[in-house]
Amino acid sequence: MFRNLLLAAIFLGVASIPLATRATTLFELKSVNIDLPDSDRMFPTGPGSDAINNNCLACHSAGMVLNQPSLSKQAWAVEVNKMINNYKAPVAPEDVGAIVEYLSALKGTK
Amino acid sequence: MAENRAFHRVVTRRRLLGAAGAASLALSKPAWAQKMIDLSLPSGPSERQITTAFPQKGPMILQRTRPPLLETPFEVFDKGVFTPNDQFYVRWHWAVIPTDIDIGKFNLTVRGHVSQTLSLSLNDILHGLPSVQLSAVNQCSGNSRGFFQPRVPGGEWANGAMGNALWTGVRLKDVLDKAGVKPGAVQVRFRGLDEPVVADAPHFMKSLDIDHARDGEVMIAYAMNGEQLPLVNGFPLRLVVPGWYATYWVKMLNDIEVLDQPDTNYWTKVAYTIPDTPHASMKPGESGVKMTPINRMVPRSFVTNLVAGQKVKAVAPTKLRGIAFGGDCGVASVDSSIDGGRSWHPAQLGKDEGKYGFRQWQTQLTPPAAGAYSFLIRCTNSNGVSQPDAPNWNPAGFMRNIIESIHIIAV
Repeated sequence: MFRNLLLAAIFLGVASIPLATRATTLFELKSVNIDLPDSDRMFPTGPGSDAINNNCLACHSAGMVLNQPSLSKQAWAVEVNKMINNYKAPVAPEDVGAIVEYLSALKGTK
Repeated sequence: MAENRAFHRVVTRRRLLGAAGAASLALSKPAWAQKMIDLSLPSGPSERQITTAFPQKGPMILQRTRPPLLETPFEVFDKGVFTPNDQFYVRWHWAVIPTDIDIGKFNLTVRGHVSQTLSLSLNDILHGLPSVQLSAVNQCSGNSRGFFQPRVPGGEWANGAMGNALWTGVRLKDVLDKAGVKPGAVQVRFRGLDEPVVADAPHFMKSLDIDHARDGEVMIAYAMNGEQLPLVNGFPLRLVVPGWYATYWVKMLNDIEVLDQPDTNYWTKVAYTIPDTPHASMKPGESGVKMTPINRMVPRSFVTNLVAGQKVKAVAPTKLRGIAFGGDCGVASVDSSIDGGRSWHPAQLGKDEGKYGFRQWQTQLTPPAAGAYSFLIRCTNSNGVSQPDAPNWNPAGFMRNIIESIHIIAV
């Protein structure tokens, strides 16, 4: 389909403008206004689910976490601290332990 | 060799009420009717929803809703050498993404270590500078991360965080020349309209060395495959860095800053770094490994017309086809093997659409007898670099390019 558009552009170019200015494009953009979908998915209920739901869903939907493989508790702690230190997630200090425990229980390695 | 997950087993939990109506039903159909796909990741979770909820996009594998991570279903790569815009994969870091872009108000700023600061309208860019075209593969640094073993955290992609498009735009060099880069410039930093939810979090920015930025190949694209970019692919302007991983291809590009000091921002210096070792590989748990920013891509090849476990005829030819790319240069050859890599047979290459793009290939497979086979496919690029026969590993899950292996049964 785009080939046809390009061909049309080339023909138009030949027909309507002098050769010298054909170096630039005849392509035109159109403004865009869309709505992106959101997710209302919550973490499964369990010890610490309030902490993870309250602290983590502002920046990303739950699916990202639920699609992760099983990781060690240490690896989950690294992830949670990366969110706090590198990405400035405003996680209440008293909730950090509960979030790590929750993730380890949900997706921990033995 | 890696088991090729080229084709994913599609699981339909309930028959859709009508395939043609799927798009319009996306928002209203009940949860039990969701179409699922199994990505065959080595340990769970492996199932993902196929979503049609994103504007300007067709069916995509839902990795994350917000900010969007959408993977291209692998069968799309069998349809042609260019990946359709509406099924081109999507990856964002921050959730504040403008969804209302007025082309009359959009400006690209060029500032920093330049003779004159520029504020270019889209009209200035489309009609004031020479237009250039290039096919190039855009591939996420972490494409195929889900196949890493041991598994690593991150976007758990199968092989569909890549795509090939014909990009149309202007040379970055021409834009920089217009502003007049001052002597002493060392890097150029790029920033888009997306913003973090948390105010003090690091805005997504990437930098290229000044010589790379001025090589005449790096471009600012306003079209992909002859049409404007879908918003989630970076409308209205996206940096195209041929041969380099997609982390540098800044979307919704609206700010270019020429630097007279190396960029120390988080996304260039800390994130997206790889072990400075062959294949960016290290041992799990290894410490003290020197890290360096990810950069050039490496060769890959895939079968696109067979599903793992598919039955083929013994002692009769089966046509196989797929795609390959050289990474930071063209494809020199694509070879296949069914004897564990002891002997390799050249595949026929399709039309060369440009060294940075996908190259289609095809070959005939004639299993000598009934039985199970592993079909291996290997790309060698024009720099003489071949795909390795052992997987790489690093904690970020970057740069996987092992020779793919697809299990087939001759009957």
